[in-house]
Amino acid sequence: MTQNAIIEIEGVSKAFGTVTALNGVDATIREGEFFSLLGPSGCGKTTLLRLIAGFDEPTNGTVVIAGQSMAGIPANKRPTNMVFQSYAIFPHLSVAENVGYGLKRKKMSRQEINRAVTDALAMVDLVGYGNRAAHELSGGQRQRVALARALVMKPKVVLLDEPLSALDKKLREQMQVELRQLQQQIGITFILVTHDQEEALIMSDRIAVLFEGEIAQLDTPEVLYRRPVSQRVASFIGVMNFLPATVVAKAKGALAVDIPSLGKVNLAAEQVPDDVDPASITTIGVRPEMLTLLFDDAEKAERETTGEVTATSYCGDMTYYSVLLPKAHEPVTISMRNTAGRSIVQAGTKVRVGWGAESVVLFD
Amino acid sequence: MKWSRFLSRNWLTFYAVVYMLVLYLPVVLLPLFAFNASTIIAFPMTGFTFEWFGVLFETKALHSAVRNSLIIAVVTSVISTLLGTLGARAMVRFHFPLKRGIVGLIMVPLILPEIIVGVSLLVLLMQIGISLSIWTVIAGHVLICVPFSVAILSSAFQGLDPSLEEASMDLGETRFGTFRRVIIPLILPGIISSLLITFTISLDEFIIAFFLTGTDITLPVYIWGQMRFPTKLPSVMALGTILLVLSVFLLMLGEVFRRRSASRQGQDASATGGLM
Repeated sequence: MTQNAIIEIEGVSKAFGTVTALNGVDATIREGEFFSLLGPSGCGKTTLLRLIAGFDEPTNGTVVIAGQSMAGIPANKRPTNMVFQSYAIFPHLSVAENVGYGLKRKKMSRQEINRAVTDALAMVDLVGYGNRAAHELSGGQRQRVALARALVMKPKVVLLDEPLSALDKKLREQMQVELRQLQQQIGITFILVTHDQEEALIMSDRIAVLFEGEIAQLDTPEVLYRRPVSQRVASFIGVMNFLPATVVAKAKGALAVDIPSLGKVNLAAEQVPDDVDPASITTIGVRPEMLTLLFDDAEKAERETTGEVTATSYCGDMTYYSVLLPKAHEPVTISMRNTAGRSIVQAGTKVRVGWGAESVVLFD
Repeated sequence: MKWSRFLSRNWLTFYAVVYMLVLYLPVVLLPLFAFNASTIIAFPMTGFTFEWFGVLFETKALHSAVRNSLIIAVVTSVISTLLGTLGARAMVRFHFPLKRGIVGLIMVPLILPEIIVGVSLLVLLMQIGISLSIWTVIAGHVLICVPFSVAILSSAFQGLDPSLEEASMDLGETRFGTFRRVIIPLILPGIISSLLITFTISLDEFIIAFFLTGTDITLPVYIWGQMRFPTKLPSVMALGTILLVLSVFLLMLGEVFRRRSASRQGQDASATGGLM
C-alpha cells in the first residue's frame, strides 16, 4: 500500500433543508487502501459516499479525487464506480450486458468489450453466467454482478454502499473475506459504508467512525478497538466495560490513576488520549477479554481484584460472565474462552479477577 | 319455499349474477341483432345473415368517418401518452411547489362530465375564432385521455428503482442516455399500454367529438346520425359489434402490457393498480 492520497475530503458539510447530514468532515483516503465509513444509521456515512460518487453536491467544502477537485463534476464524469445497496442490476439486460453497460460509452470494439466483460465475470467467480437474465440470479450472485460492473470500468475508487447487508449471515461472512482478498489482488481503493462494526474491522485497512455527521475517530481497526477516543466509539466498536476512576497524581510521562473497583495503577503517557486533559478523566474502560477469571490458586495475573459472578451466558466457544466488582454498581462483562478442562463458574460464586495496566483506556 | 331457502343461502351469488346480466345483456344484444336477417330490431329473430356487414363496406360516408376517427385516435394516443409520460415522471420522481394541486388538475377531466368539457371547449374555440376540424376533436380527446395515461404510467414509474438511474449515471452514461437505455425500456410496456387504452377511449368517444367536430365527423358521431333511419339500424348494430370486439381486444392487450411492465420490475402485477 502506498501512502499517496487518492481522495481528499476537505471541510465537507451537507445539509438537506434544515437537517445537517454532514458537518465539516475532513479525511484523506490513501491509494489502494480498503477504507470503511462506519456508523449507526443516520450518521451521514451514506451521504458522504454519495458526495464522493457525485450524486449529491456538498453544501460546503470540496471532494478532491486523484488531485482534481470534483466540484460541479457529475457522477458520470468521475473516476468512481458504486456498488449499490439494492445492487441496481438493470432488470431488462443480461448479466453480460449489465457488466458491459458502462463500456459501451467508451471507445472500445465489440471484442474488447466482450473480453473485458469475460475477465470481470471471472474476477467475481461468475464464469459462464453472461447470458443469464438478472432475475435468475441469487442475492449473492447479483452482488457479484454489481461488483463486476463497477470493476470493469477500471475506476480509481470503488464505492460500496452496504453491499452485504441483504445477504444471510454465512454468505455475508464468506463475501467479507472474498471482497477483501479481491481488493488486495487488484489494488484498487475501496470505500465501504457499513453499520456493522465487525464487518468494518474484518475488511478494512482504516476506518472512519461517524456520529451525527462528524468523524469521531479515524484509524486502523486495531487502534480503534484498543484505543478508542471516546466512550461512544468504545461502546460502538465491540463491548467495553466502564468503571469510574480519578487521576491522583501526574508524573512525567505517566499518570497515577485510582480505580476503586480494580485498584491503583500507574499508566504510561501514550495511554492517555492526545486531546484529553488528565484532570478531566472520570472513567476508564476495559474490554471483556482483557479481564480474566482466575480459576485456581496457581493462576496468576499482573494485577488482581475480587468479584462475584451474577450471571453466565454460554455461547459454545466462549462464556460471558457478569461479575460485580467491589464498589461497583453495575456488573462488568468478562469473556472467557472455553478451553479444555475449564469448567463454567455458576452465578453466586466468588472469583478472583485478573487484569493488566496496559489494557486500561482512559476517558473524560 | 325451496326458492326462498336457495336465496337466503346464495344471495351473494344471486346478486352477482343479476348484476352481470343487467350490465352485459344489452351489450350481448348488439352482436345478436347484427346477424339477424330482419331490419326490425325485435324478437323473435328471423334468420342469420352477414348482409349488414356487407352494407358497411359499401357506405362511403362511413369510410371517411372511420378514417377521421382513426387519425384522431392515433394522434390523440401519441400526444396524450407523451404528455402522460412527462406528467407521471414528474409526479413520481420530483417534488415541486403546489404538486398536489397540479396533479389534481391533471386528473380532474377523469371525473368532469364530458358534456361540460365539450360545451366549454366549444365556447372557448368559438371565442378565439378557431374553426372546428379534426384537430379540435383531438384537443378535446387529449384533455380527457391524459389522466388515463398519467395513471397507467405512474404505475410504471413507481416500480422503477431510483438507484437504477444512478447506477447508469455512475457508469458514465448521460441523463439522456440513461433515459434511452434504462428508463424507456423499463417503462415501455406501460407506454404501449397507455397508447392502446387512450386510442380506444378516443375511438369510442362521442360527446366531445359531437360538439367539436366540423364537417369531418367521427365514427360515433356518424353512428348517432344513422339512428334516425330505422332501416340503417341493423348495419349500425354490425358496426357496433366490430367496434366492441376491437375495443375489448385493445383494452386487454393494454392490460397485458401493463402487467408485463410490473412483472419485469419484479412486482405483483395485480397489486400495482392499473385499469383492470
